[in-house]
Amino acid sequence: MSPIRLELHALWAVVRRNFHLVRRYFGWEVVFLFYNVINTLTIALIAFALPARERDRIVVYLTIGALLWNFLSILFQEVASSVSWERWEGTIEYSFMAPIHRLTYLAGVCLYAVLYGVLRTLVILIAVVFFFHIHLAHADWLGAAMILAGSSLPFIGLGLMGAVLPLLSTERGAQATQVIQGVILLVSGIYYPIRVLPGWIRWMSHLSPATYTLQAARRAILNGEGPLHLLPLTIKLFLSGLILVPIGLAIFQVAEHWAMRNGTLKRNG
Amino acid sequence: MAVEGENLWKSFSQTKWMGARREVISSHALQGIDMQVRRREILGILGPNGSGKSTLIRLMATLLIPDQGRLQVFGLDVVRERRQVRRLINRVSVEASFFKKLTARENLAYAAGLYGVSNVQAQAEATRILASLGLPRDKLEIPLETLSRGQQQKIAIARALLTSPTLMLLDEPTTGLDPTSRRDVQEFILDVRKRHDSTIVLCTHDMAEAERLCDRIAIIDQGRIVATASPEDLISGYGQGGSLEDAFFRLTGLNQKSLEEDPR
Ligand SMILES: Nc1ncnc2c1ncn2[C@@H]1O[C@H](COP(=O)(O)OP(=O)(O)OP(=O)(O)O)[C@@H](O)[C@H]1O
Ligand SMILES: [Mg+2]
Repeated sequence: MSPIRLELHALWAVVRRNFHLVRRYFGWEVVFLFYNVINTLTIALIAFALPARERDRIVVYLTIGALLWNFLSILFQEVASSVSWERWEGTIEYSFMAPIHRLTYLAGVCLYAVLYGVLRTLVILIAVVFFFHIHLAHADWLGAAMILAGSSLPFIGLGLMGAVLPLLSTERGAQATQVIQGVILLVSGIYYPIRVLPGWIRWMSHLSPATYTLQAARRAILNGEGPLHLLPLTIKLFLSGLILVPIGLAIFQVAEHWAMRNGTLKRNG
Repeated sequence: MAVEGENLWKSFSQTKWMGARREVISSHALQGIDMQVRRREILGILGPNGSGKSTLIRLMATLLIPDQGRLQVFGLDVVRERRQVRRLINRVSVEASFFKKLTARENLAYAAGLYGVSNVQAQAEATRILASLGLPRDKLEIPLETLSRGQQQKIAIARALLTSPTLMLLDEPTTGLDPTSRRDVQEFILDVRKRHDSTIVLCTHDMAEAERLCDRIAIIDQGRIVATASPEDLISGYGQGGSLEDAFFRLTGLNQKSLEEDPR
């Protein structure tokens, strides 16, 4: 096999393994999905406490936030937990001993997380549309899709950084991942415009790719702005991904080196 | 030479917090190991619990970085040329590490995929290997957590062999197997060496196994190799012509008393 084919073969093996795992834990998947749907609905229902005039717009505003947050947390969680999972099962030594580039392994995990996140988010979207009979006639879907595509790269970069933590410490790593997720939730303007944040944390909003993604997604869906308008922002997001992914990978490799020095890859034996 | 190690040191440290006071406890797992494994040989590593056998295997498997010293596998440095080394090796560890909810076939598909082995080929090969190890075929289709330890261990052996490694690192592969299975695995190891021209490093606590399989045996104690020789030479040199076990006791100081009574 040529080196590139070898890496692609391995990448696919990682994705397939994760889907096998989903199938085996199907009961949990259904429960999580159920919870996600309910959660999104309850958040959108907040808008029904408002005067009818604003209601439709706020329902969509909140739903976009909930859906994107949902997608982001799945991405983050899946990437981070696949490392802690492998440590827990003890398979990490076997995965990391394989003759492939670390990027291949991580790209496999991320690709799976993106596919899986899109699938789950779609199901929720369908449920929301069904429940609220939302009219999205003037939404520009092409613009929205473009923004999502542009933003997945920086999100993957963040995911890689999130995967580092469980590599350093199984338990505390997972805890730290949750904390980081919480901060992103707070500062990215998921359910409110970032201008309501107190000044001393608002600067963090500008560092989170989710802030820009949300603003752009709302402009596309609520205001019907097209790809041409959103192109500069999409390019910016994409470029930030081109910086974040290599940084994430580099941090991961440093952490792996550290783990190989300190013997923290192994569980027992 | 298949493996050449020079002055290998490895210690682990653990941080303990005693209130606000930080205490670093470090243990020396390997203390200046020199070793050589020849091509196509089966080298046994014997030693008491905690003597550093698994640590040594992990160094060869590129899973740990030595604190000091140099280690080469087929002339490649295990730290700097890690990826090339990884193409040549595989390892069976004492605990069979798998995704326990997945079936053996799913686990093997994953492992083979990482090495660029096609799934069709991998499954056919695994079926053949496991049949020769006496594992019923239907066991491949159910979640691994429902298999016994020995059955899981057989699958771990198949997983390592699927990738046709030139250097096989076996860390207690037969621990927990019944006598028949153990015999099957031992036959299999000999067969692999013959057919694939592999070099094998085998850690074991089973003296009969070591005597039967190994061309040479290295005895390791507290992170130091105290003797390396063929089983016969070990027995005649240190076991007073008795058994390999006698030589083991003598070399690892577990039988200090008899040593004092009869200083050589
Ligand atoms: N990852 C690790 N972190 C901390 N200490 C470790 C680690 N791995 C090994 N050690 C320590 O190093 C020493 C050697 O351990 P090792 O696992 O190599 O022994 P072993 O010879 O394989 O023992 P056994 O026969 O029980 O398998 C032990 O004192 C162990 O506690
Ligand atoms: Mg051991």
